[in-house]
Amino acid sequence: MSHLNNFEIFFLLTIVKIAIVLVITLMSVAYTVLLERKVLGRLQNRWGPSRVGPFGLLQPLVDGLKLFLKEDMMPLAVERPLFILAPIIALGCALISIAVVPFGAVTLVHGVDLFQIANLNIGLLVILGVTSIGVYGIALSGWSSNSKYSLFGSLRSTAQMISYELALGLSLVGVVMRAQSLSLRDIVASQSAHGALSWNILGGPAREHTANGTVWVIAGGFQFIAFFIYLMAAYAETNRSPFDLSEAESELVAGYHTEYSSMKFAMFFMAEYANMITVSCVATLLFLGGASSPFGHLFDHVASGIVGTALFSIFWFVAKVFSFLLLYIWVRGTLPRFRYDQLMGFGWKFLLPVAMVNILATALALTYHG
Amino acid sequence: MEIALFLIFGLLAVAGALNLLFQRHPINSALSLVVVMMSLAVLYWSLGAEFLAAAQVIVYAGAIMVLFVFVVMLLNAGEEDRATNASKIAYIAGIPGAAAIFCLLSFVFLSERSHLGTTPLGGYLTSAVSNISEISHTLFTSLLLPFEVTSILILVAILGAVVLARKEL
Repeated sequence: MSHLNNFEIFFLLTIVKIAIVLVITLMSVAYTVLLERKVLGRLQNRWGPSRVGPFGLLQPLVDGLKLFLKEDMMPLAVERPLFILAPIIALGCALISIAVVPFGAVTLVHGVDLFQIANLNIGLLVILGVTSIGVYGIALSGWSSNSKYSLFGSLRSTAQMISYELALGLSLVGVVMRAQSLSLRDIVASQSAHGALSWNILGGPAREHTANGTVWVIAGGFQFIAFFIYLMAAYAETNRSPFDLSEAESELVAGYHTEYSSMKFAMFFMAEYANMITVSCVATLLFLGGASSPFGHLFDHVASGIVGTALFSIFWFVAKVFSFLLLYIWVRGTLPRFRYDQLMGFGWKFLLPVAMVNILATALALTYHG
Repeated sequence: MEIALFLIFGLLAVAGALNLLFQRHPINSALSLVVVMMSLAVLYWSLGAEFLAAAQVIVYAGAIMVLFVFVVMLLNAGEEDRATNASKIAYIAGIPGAAAIFCLLSFVFLSERSHLGTTPLGGYLTSAVSNISEISHTLFTSLLLPFEVTSILILVAILGAVVLARKEL
């Protein structure tokens, strides 16, 4: 690549990265749907999809083909431009936030980081901003459908997302204070010193080798309360059970996407699962040390070299995100749906004050212990 | 690069603002305002103020305008009626008046340019350091009192809204 200048290398590599990440994200969306159907099936003592391909592994492809080939019905009384725009906003915002997620150890090729599309110094704020724009997709879909079920679904969902965005944002402040940066790479780096002990969710005494010998230090962020708040708020933000009131089948037919069919429905569906994946990635980065190994540098000699380190880090990242997705599905199979006033009360009267107390406590601890 | 960003998003902001005025439905106007705010965020970012850009998107486009859209949806507001009791004077003198004020302001700014000082467009983009810590340092040291007073002002406004909305407290 010697005949290309730096900008051309950066440009080409970025386009390749975007293409690969997009394909992998969309494939993971498809297979998260299958995972959910399989695990939910087992939780309810049935098989789940098992006919298409071995163990039903080709089911997502067939589902996608079906949705793609279906007739695209559009009711006559809808507000056409907004009706078409809404699923585009929803899916677009769901896919944009993956651009700032670092999903592997820093691996530079010609000065370009291979495992992150864009390392912004306000990466965390970008994710929050894109999520808050994603609300428009849901709000507009309900309003432009000109149907009372859609409107109720989108009103519920919009109010819920605005309310829980506050608790979600506040739960992340402790993590940012510890890392002293909003860049996701810096936040991951702040948790990589002592393996799992220095993750933000955990904390405890760890040995550190210094020039004066071995000393015991307090590692970790002790942010388990923030993690709990983030988890609850993330379930509400993605409209997932037990906070899936916006698509409560028993009351609202299907919620905000009642009037949608074919690919437009599929776009909402993909957006929901892409949001799940994004939220799991953010939880992994902020609380579980991102792509770092839970054993610290204990097994660094097993996979040495650039390729080994890169593969190892990606393995840990994917494993953590996967366990989050499993937790999502497990919760959906276990908990009943909240009532709407319970949902609002929980968000405003419990999560928000607890998040503020957590910020105060973290700030005090950081001031007195460094 | 900065000039290209400025031209594209400056034009987009102006187009969004014009569309905001010409649209008849409140939802379309609100969405045009979102376009204006997002374009402004890009302009802030191109000037190196990335925190301001993110705050613009999160607070204005993501929270306040969502509430606007929410209220329009909740009230089910219809298209505005243009014909009734529109001011004749505003209809005749509006655009010439605005043009006159624009000319006056630009004349004043251009003739007093030597006293006002200038800033290079996008001149701060090259500095790769984060300006978030600088902003927070300024906010919590030299601007602490105005910052806290503003917060209390907003709190009073919220409480006032609650008192006005719910008479049977």
